[in-house]
Amino acid sequence: MSDQSLELKGSLFPLSVLSCPDLSLNALQQQLQQKLAQAPAFFYQAPIVLNLTEVEQAPDFDAIKQLFNELNLVLVGVCGANSSIKQQAQRAGLAALQLGKDAKTVKATDTAETPRQTTLVTNNVAVPMDSRIIEQTVRSGQQVYAKGADLVVKGTVGAGAEVIADGNIHIYGTLRGKAIAGAGGDSSKRIFCYNLQAELVSIAGNYWLSESLQGSFWGKPCCIKLQDDQLVLAELV
Amino acid sequence: MAKIIVVTSGKGGVGKTTSSAAIGTGLALKGHKTVIIDFDIGLRNLDLIMGCERRVVYDFVNVINGEANLKQTLIKDKRIDNLFILPASQTRDKDALTKDGVERVLNELAKDFDFILCDSPAGIEAGAMMALYFADEAIVVTNPEVSSVRDSDRILGMLSSKSRRAEQGQDSIKEHLLLTRYNPERVEKGEMLSVDDVKEILSIDLVGVIPESQAVLNASNSGQPVILDKDSDAGQAYLDTVERLLGENVPFRFLTVEKKGLLKRIFGG
Repeated sequence: MSDQSLELKGSLFPLSVLSCPDLSLNALQQQLQQKLAQAPAFFYQAPIVLNLTEVEQAPDFDAIKQLFNELNLVLVGVCGANSSIKQQAQRAGLAALQLGKDAKTVKATDTAETPRQTTLVTNNVAVPMDSRIIEQTVRSGQQVYAKGADLVVKGTVGAGAEVIADGNIHIYGTLRGKAIAGAGGDSSKRIFCYNLQAELVSIAGNYWLSESLQGSFWGKPCCIKLQDDQLVLAELV
Repeated sequence: MAKIIVVTSGKGGVGKTTSSAAIGTGLALKGHKTVIIDFDIGLRNLDLIMGCERRVVYDFVNVINGEANLKQTLIKDKRIDNLFILPASQTRDKDALTKDGVERVLNELAKDFDFILCDSPAGIEAGAMMALYFADEAIVVTNPEVSSVRDSDRILGMLSSKSRRAEQGQDSIKEHLLLTRYNPERVEKGEMLSVDDVKEILSIDLVGVIPESQAVLNASNSGQPVILDKDSDAGQAYLDTVERLLGENVPFRFLTVEKKGLLKRIFGG
């Protein structure tokens, strides 16, 4: 037994990044209110990161924090700021985050004809992968592992091939090889396939060999899940 | 631009060399300048099937090592214009092939040939990988039985991941399925996989079905590519295959059991 009472671990969270070239309080308030009116529930108490890539003068961070509070948003930090603005933001109790790669491409529209607009983009500062898609057939001897993700195979999984995912597995062709879902131990994961002729299926370590699968679902569309530590086959539709 | 076609299978003994010889000869018969390269270093066979075993002076490995030039090494077929053979070395092993060396030879051949046919050794080791690495198209020779089909599936995986086209992100290798030793009678009895079974498992386009035939063995023993035996079913099937490879639309033959006539039934056929 360890007597550890404190643990620090790195983790990834999706955060919304707000880009707005005009950070004067009035303009910001007006545009945010407009935006929030479109989906008030969606952004309720949402953690927001302020993108300051295009900002040259430090805004009044305390006032902005106050404004966000009033609008039921939580300002957690800034990104893309130059060093002097960053310091001021940190002094105001905000985290200085590093801009995700694709966040850079998000720009607020700023042209003479259109009024300035606030773009609020749900943008993953660090992008967690959620599914991996294989476009072709997985051939004998090939192995595909979708780490921390679902796996979608558009083709067939050949005999002697292995498809493994920490998440669910979807196979739109015939499953002749091995399919291992919930490889990380998650017993809620499932395997879906269009034609079941598998060598082995496994969910969270519970597996069945081909012999046990030779029932009414052999060669048919099928969904495999775990129920009370037992694999269960069910109709796909 | 020369087209490089690898004839491969994974499994041994399914008819790669027979098919290489027949298809290469067929391409030359159709007027395309063709060279067949024997990649089976150490187990040289192509020269026997082509009937030129007594004319081998230098070999593929000699060319790679710069001990001979291509002109000295290529064996011109005596029957057909436009047909050349680059024999394998019988005394060396597969490690004698280097990627740079093979590329150099292929580039030089590409200058004046229309088709370069690479007769791959069995297996999935260095020799087979070298034969398929530079290919533009692949003929996957498969027998209608489960182990051959599985090995073909494995090779298809290699083609789509280990070839130059795959590594450089170019268009993938065009894959053709060639089913050999097909016996419709045994398929009907359920002793053999059918064309449709194999097509379904491998899911690639079918380029030819060669019936199991005594003519193949006779041809091999006499050093005559079976495609030259125009009266035989196998020879005709290979000719169809070559035409399909060249983009013609030819109906498949020899897929069903031939009904024996009354006289044949009485007197045996």
